[in-house]
Amino acid sequence: MLAYRAGTPIRVRQFLADLARVGAALGAGGYVLNVCSDRYRFAVGFAASLLTGKVSLLPSTRTPEVIAHLKRLCPDAVCLTDEDDCDLALPRVRFPEAAAAAAPSAVAAPPAAAMPRIEAGRRAAWVFTSGSTGTPVPHEKTFGRLLEGMRVAAQRLGLEGAVSHAIVATVPPQHMYGFEASVLLPLASGHALTAERPFYPADICAALARAPRPRVLVTTPLHLRALMAADIAVPDTDLIVSATAPLSGQLAAQVEERARTRLLEIYGSTETGSIATRRTSTTPEWRLWPRVVFEPRADEIWAHGGHVEQPTRLCDVIELTGGDRFLLHGRVADLVNIAGKRSSLAYLNHQLTSIPGVVDGAFFHGDPAAAETCVTRVGACVVAPRLDAAAIVAELRRRIDPVFLPRPLLLVKSLPRTPTGKLPQEALRMLAAALHKPSPS
Amino acid sequence: MSDNVSPLRLPAGSAEIAALIGELAGLIVAALNLEVPAADIGPDEPLYGAGLGLDSIDILEIALVVSKQYGVQLRADSEDNERIFASLRQLAEYVNAHRTK
Repeated sequence: MLAYRAGTPIRVRQFLADLARVGAALGAGGYVLNVCSDRYRFAVGFAASLLTGKVSLLPSTRTPEVIAHLKRLCPDAVCLTDEDDCDLALPRVRFPEAAAAAAPSAVAAPPAAAMPRIEAGRRAAWVFTSGSTGTPVPHEKTFGRLLEGMRVAAQRLGLEGAVSHAIVATVPPQHMYGFEASVLLPLASGHALTAERPFYPADICAALARAPRPRVLVTTPLHLRALMAADIAVPDTDLIVSATAPLSGQLAAQVEERARTRLLEIYGSTETGSIATRRTSTTPEWRLWPRVVFEPRADEIWAHGGHVEQPTRLCDVIELTGGDRFLLHGRVADLVNIAGKRSSLAYLNHQLTSIPGVVDGAFFHGDPAAAETCVTRVGACVVAPRLDAAAIVAELRRRIDPVFLPRPLLLVKSLPRTPTGKLPQEALRMLAAALHKPSPS
Repeated sequence: MSDNVSPLRLPAGSAEIAALIGELAGLIVAALNLEVPAADIGPDEPLYGAGLGLDSIDILEIALVVSKQYGVQLRADSEDNERIFASLRQLAEYVNAHRTK
C-alpha cells in the first residue's frame, strides 16, 4: 500500500496514474511551489515535479514578501494547490483530480519500460532558511542525497525491514522534517503515508486508530504535550518520532507508557536534514548518523559528510561526548525557534526596522525558564512615534511568519542601548518587564 | 448541573452564553499569557489572524484548556471547526452545546 486517505488505501497503480496526470498539468516551468495540504497530493506533486525535471520549492512561510522573493529567484515558478481559495501571487495550477470514471481499477498499469530512472544528482527541492539580511536563502536538495538520508533514517528508526508501516503525521509535508519523515521516508522505504494532518489530540488518536498496524506517529513536542494533557486514550502505536524542539526525558517516558510505544527523537536542521537520533526516555545523548561528521571550528560546530549537501554551521550549542555521540545545550543566542519555525533576531529586527515610521526596534527572546513547559514567544521594543502597535503588527504580518509576531510589542521612547550601541537581550527583557502590566485576572 | 447531560438541550439563554464568553476570555488570556485584559476581547471579534492574532499553537493550547475545563474534545475534521474559532461567541456556543462538565 502506498498511502491511506481517511482509512482507504491508495495503491501504487493509482499513484502512477496520478503522477502522469499531474506532471502534464505542471507546464514547462522549472520550479513548483507545492502548497498541497493533503499529504498524498503533496507527494504526487513532488514526485511529478521530480520526474519532469522541476525543483519543488519548500519555503517555511508564505508571506507576500517571501512569495515576491521566490518570483524574483524563479520567474517561471507555478503554485500547485489543492485548495480553491489559494491567494498566493503566482500562476496557479489546481491539483487535477482523476475523472470520476477513471476508478483505480480502470487504470492500466504502465508498462515496466516506462518506469523512470532518476540520476542521483537531479535537483529535487529547495528548502529555505531566513538570511540575516531579510531574504530567504535557498538550500538545494539533490535526489541521491535525499534518498541516502532516508535509507539511514529507516535503519536508525528500525523501519528498514520488509514490513510496511502506516505513517501518520501531525507536521506539514512542506517543512524539512515533515518532508523527510512523512513523505520521503514512506516513498523511499516502502511504507504507507497518510493524507491527513491531524491537529487536536482527539484527531491524532482517531487518525492512529484508523491506520493499520504497525503504525508510526511523526510529530512534535507541541503535539505530544497536548496529547498527554488531554484526557483520552492513545491507541497503541509501534513507533513515535518527534523533532523540531528537544523533548524532556520525562515527557518522552510518559508518551512511551501511554501509547505503549518506543519514542525516538530526530535532530537536524533545514540545511542538513535529519542527522541524529536518540531514545529520549533512556538517554540525553544523541547518536550521529553514519558518515555525517561534526567538526569543531573555533567555537562553532560544523556538520558535513554523508547525506549532508553542504558543510553547515549548526545553530545549537553542542558538546561532543566522544565517538558519534553528543549533547545539545540550547540554541546559539541569535537563533529563534518557535514550534519548528526558525528565524533569527537579526532577520526579525531587519524586518521590523524596515517598516516606514519605525525609527528603531529590536526583538528579544521570551523567558528561557518557561521553555520547558510551553511554547515561548518573542517580544519586541519599538520606537515609532507616529505609529500604533496594531499598525506595526499589521505590517509585520505581511513580512514575517505569524509565530514570530511579538508578544508583547511595546512602544518605547528609546531602546536601552549601551554607549557602544549594543543592545543586550537582558536590558530589553528588563525594559519590557518594567512596562508590562499583567492584565487583571 | 443536571441539564448538562440532557439530550434535548434547549437553545442556551443569552445570559448563559454571556457568562461562558467571559469565562472563556479569562481562560484564554491566562493560558496564552496575552497582553489584553479578558474584558477587552470582543465577543464577535475573530480569534485567528488579524483579530486577536492567535495562531495554531494558541488554538492547540485553547483546545487543551477547553477539554480540561468543560470536557469538550475539539476535532478539526468536524465540519463545525471553521466556525468554532471564528469568535469567542462561536466558541462559547460550541462548548455550551458539547460540554460534559
